[in-house]
Amino acid sequence: MQDIIRQLEEKRAQARAGGGKKRIEAQHAKGKLTARERLELLLDPGSFEEWDMFVEHDCTDFGMAEQKVAGDGVVTGYGTIHGRPTFVFSQDFTVFGGSLSASHAGKICKIMDTAMKAGAPVIGLNDSGGARIQEGVDSLAGYAEVFQRNVLASGVVPQISVIMGPCAGGAVYSPAMTDFIFMVKDSSYMFVTGPDVVKTVTQEVVTQEQLGGAITHTTKSSVADNAFENDVEALAQTRRLFDFLPLNNREKAPHRETWDPVNRQEASLDTLVPPNPNKPYDMKELIEKVVDEGDFFEIQPNYARNILTGFARIGGQTVGIVANQPMVLAGCLDIDSSRKGARFVRFCDCYDIPIVTFVDVPGFLPGTAQEYGGIIKHGAKLLFAYAEATTPKVTVITRKAYGGAYDVMASKHLRGDVNYAWPSAEIAVMGPKGAVEIIFRGEIGDADKIAARTEEYRQKFANPFVAGHRGFIDDVIMPHNTRFRIARSLAMLRDKKLENPWKKHDNIPL
Amino acid sequence: MANKLFDKILIANRGEIACRVIKTCRRLGIKTVAVYSDADDGALHMRMADEAVHIGPPAAAESYLVIEKIVAACKKTGAQAVHPGYGFLSENRKFAAALKEAGIAFIGPNPDAIYAMGDKIESKKLAQKAGVSTVPGYLGAIASTDEAVKIATEIGFPVMIKASAGGGGKGMRIARSADEVAQGFSSATNEAKNSFGDDRVFIEKYIEQPRHIEIQVLGDKHGNVIFLHERECSIQRRHQKVVEEAPSPFLDEKTRKAMGEQAVALSKTVNYDSAGTVEFIVGPDRSFYFLEMNTRLQVEHPVTELITGIDLVEQMIRVAAGETLSIKQQDVKLDGWAVEVRIYAEDPLRGFLPSTGRLARWRTADESAVIRNDTGVVEGSEISMFYDPMISKLCSYGKDRAEAISTLSAALDETWIAGIGHNVNFLSAVLDHPRFRSGNISTNFIAEEWPNGYGGTVLPEERQNAALAVATLIHIRNELRARHLGGKLGLPEWEPDADWIATLNKTEYKLSVSDAEGGCDVKVGQEGGKAGKALKVRSAWKPGQPFFRGTVNGATVVARVTPRPDGARIVHGGAELDIAVRTPAAAALARLMPEKLPPDMSKYLLCPMPGLVVSIAVAEGEPVKAGQALAVVEAMKMENVLRAERDGTVKKVNAKKGDSLAVDQVILEFA
Repeated sequence: MQDIIRQLEEKRAQARAGGGKKRIEAQHAKGKLTARERLELLLDPGSFEEWDMFVEHDCTDFGMAEQKVAGDGVVTGYGTIHGRPTFVFSQDFTVFGGSLSASHAGKICKIMDTAMKAGAPVIGLNDSGGARIQEGVDSLAGYAEVFQRNVLASGVVPQISVIMGPCAGGAVYSPAMTDFIFMVKDSSYMFVTGPDVVKTVTQEVVTQEQLGGAITHTTKSSVADNAFENDVEALAQTRRLFDFLPLNNREKAPHRETWDPVNRQEASLDTLVPPNPNKPYDMKELIEKVVDEGDFFEIQPNYARNILTGFARIGGQTVGIVANQPMVLAGCLDIDSSRKGARFVRFCDCYDIPIVTFVDVPGFLPGTAQEYGGIIKHGAKLLFAYAEATTPKVTVITRKAYGGAYDVMASKHLRGDVNYAWPSAEIAVMGPKGAVEIIFRGEIGDADKIAARTEEYRQKFANPFVAGHRGFIDDVIMPHNTRFRIARSLAMLRDKKLENPWKKHDNIPL
Repeated sequence: MANKLFDKILIANRGEIACRVIKTCRRLGIKTVAVYSDADDGALHMRMADEAVHIGPPAAAESYLVIEKIVAACKKTGAQAVHPGYGFLSENRKFAAALKEAGIAFIGPNPDAIYAMGDKIESKKLAQKAGVSTVPGYLGAIASTDEAVKIATEIGFPVMIKASAGGGGKGMRIARSADEVAQGFSSATNEAKNSFGDDRVFIEKYIEQPRHIEIQVLGDKHGNVIFLHERECSIQRRHQKVVEEAPSPFLDEKTRKAMGEQAVALSKTVNYDSAGTVEFIVGPDRSFYFLEMNTRLQVEHPVTELITGIDLVEQMIRVAAGETLSIKQQDVKLDGWAVEVRIYAEDPLRGFLPSTGRLARWRTADESAVIRNDTGVVEGSEISMFYDPMISKLCSYGKDRAEAISTLSAALDETWIAGIGHNVNFLSAVLDHPRFRSGNISTNFIAEEWPNGYGGTVLPEERQNAALAVATLIHIRNELRARHLGGKLGLPEWEPDADWIATLNKTEYKLSVSDAEGGCDVKVGQEGGKAGKALKVRSAWKPGQPFFRGTVNGATVVARVTPRPDGARIVHGGAELDIAVRTPAAAALARLMPEKLPPDMSKYLLCPMPGLVVSIAVAEGEPVKAGQALAVVEAMKMENVLRAERDGTVKKVNAKKGDSLAVDQVILEFA
């Protein structure tokens, strides 16, 4: 017995040592923490329970039989974040470069399977050179096993990926199918094929950073949801995100105690919308003044900035916020913003997180770039996402709600539960000038007449009343009272029940 | 009160001063009329008044400065009198005359007094005649070195030799002895000749470490003039007053009286019949010299009101209505101390560049017996580019100077401005500066103490330790709340550890924390590992509240708090502190994180969206400051102003007005 315990201690020490002192130093020199150090920061101190510490690979080819490290390049198990459970895996770059072997994949699959049963999220910390080439197809099989579980877990338990080193080739598809991807600036990258292959195939010369760095994926490709300066910050922000999310699709998002009164009035919101309809204003100010404590966790802050998405709380309850941002491209919907919004709305609906939508949208962005890019189908994604969502939906139109974009943005017609408008709201097919130029095409040469018609149109539609007459909006609310009205609506909708017709699954225009 | 006061007064001004005048009118039961330009539609002064008249476009020259429009507004509304505030038409003789002609009372001095004091040379002559001391000097041409020495000796050293045609410091010499005068005279003459083609120079007394101290006077139409003591306004930045106080920490009773009497004498020579200010420059030996007289209500008048208990606007209205001054000189009290800071929309970190835009946040300490907040804007107001970017005159009152300064400093800690740049942190730095606290100030104070400009505030160790302790309490309370989310595992309750590490500006501080009733006790480790004294932090602060209010070792601490996942960001005493609070284990890992240099300077201004160039605001070779507007691009019918992200020089302009640009197309290149 004593002997076994001694052996156990030895094995544990060996596993904890990972790839050894030298490799750990190299990891630190790159500004990266080790797999275990990262878990120490991600989880509550002392809460981590490690599983499969003694797993080793079974490969015997290419001299691998002599190279075995307990744990096989990934640390797995579960722990807590502020007392709430989560399963975790953390790839260890110091062991075989964090490469994925069949047994490495098996460890990940095990915690994913348990997470789904237990109803706890999965957080993956990715730092891997890719497939364990020595193992050949076994490694590929391992990836696919993980992919399959990513898909099955999607919508059952939240999955978060933090990319903290290389993530290339097939490996990228596991994070790609999780709910959120965070990256660490300068030390992480993701791509399907690296710069060398790119050069051979397309003659294109590109650096790793340009091809798949954190900036690329948070500003250009939208693969990642946010990027942080270093490991410490990325993990702290992951904890912050985790606190907003429910543990699974069977329970509601957690309530956080707040001392911010739900009936707090913000007089300054009455002057947020400028008198000139062509002048932008910052929609973020509205969000920050409406939600609890001004605490807004933005998702994809640097991509498609004409739409804002992110988590906040109202009355302590997690909500998803979607808002057009007039500061960027006048807040129009285009391919990028539609995709960004749609994915966020669908996440919220998966986990029954109420969606609060702030609308100031002049329409869809016109142009060949948009049409050739397929704005029709991409715009339809956002429309589809809102229309299928059964979670509580509260919408506030602050200014423009023009054309098809009005319909899309959680309108009454798409089963919006509570639809409010500010007095500055203009709900119409298009802006007065454009409308008049179509309706009164014959009078276009007569500037005076056109001006008079434009004024007539403005009088008729540049207000919330026409939509109000028809019941398309439930009430016109004063901006300063927005927080309270939303909070009250959400409280009323707390036990909302709505089901879509049975189907195997829908066919969103991907 | 023999005469009836006016029924209705029009205020020919905007912003805080219009609001301030309206307040007094309301108290006196007088109806008010505001005037407003397009830019001020919906502004506070317009909403406070009983009536408001629109007077044209935003530019002051087309609205607030147009005499006919103001007179027409009076006629339209039946206003019997006009209060001009300060600036705009307040010292415009033609305006006063136009009102007189229209039978409307001007709440200010008679036009002759405005005229007499409006001319610098004329007013100096009048001052000399009235026995007011002026800066000694010789204004005639000086023929020789000997003559220069003779004149200088008569005036008394040090003296300043200045080119008559001079400017920009050229041809200017300071001389402290006869030898220096001889030397300085010839070099100044040469330099003047070379620079301006005119070798005439003059000599004037040079006042070292000068102070700006001014006397408030009040006169009526019956020949009575009194003085309401002084204000010291030495804290200036490029001749712009920043901090004002009353009384002056420098004057003794004798000097005060002498200055007051001279101010009254000068006022009487021009039959001064309203509130006015006689400005003096005061030397280190308490010698004082007349500078000029301002024939209006001064911006910094609140400090005088606070120490005398006299409402200057009320007095102006009463004397304008013909009343005799009811206050006698011997009744003017000097009770306590008052300090004022001018909160401006400007960015001290960018060379005090004015900042305009929406005041997304604007709150400060509540008004009380010791706090006065003269403001013309509310949260959500627009600070427009057309007018003075003042947000507020925040004043405090105390039984003595130390108390007044402390109260004001605490009020600044309670101030929260967001959306635009502001000078609140700089004002805190001035108020907390030991030299300011000592009262040893001069008009050179800011230039001497911040020779390279203001680059942020560093707190003294004691206050910084208090801030670290506050951040620790905040962090622990945030963590405790987070442990009460639903869905927890049924594990033992988390209890905060005793040991924490706070990191501020890359320096680590070992903290030893123990729970205490109403807060915690924090020992902040000193360098070398010694544990500091326990700081007792007590507060009812709850997570999410934007202001921390509490005590550290019994002393009140107010700080603005913005959360961060590990620790807190704190604004206190003008310092912005980003404090990480971590467990020792987490801190050890954080230590491994690489230090990152700020990203490479971008050499290009790229078009952020497809759009049309409306204008390019800069030319090739032009130096630009961070935040400066470079170009305007219209997209989706909206005009987007593109601004410089950092200082630099424009190397090349690649686009012109009317160009249609694609996204990421280069508009400008920087050198």
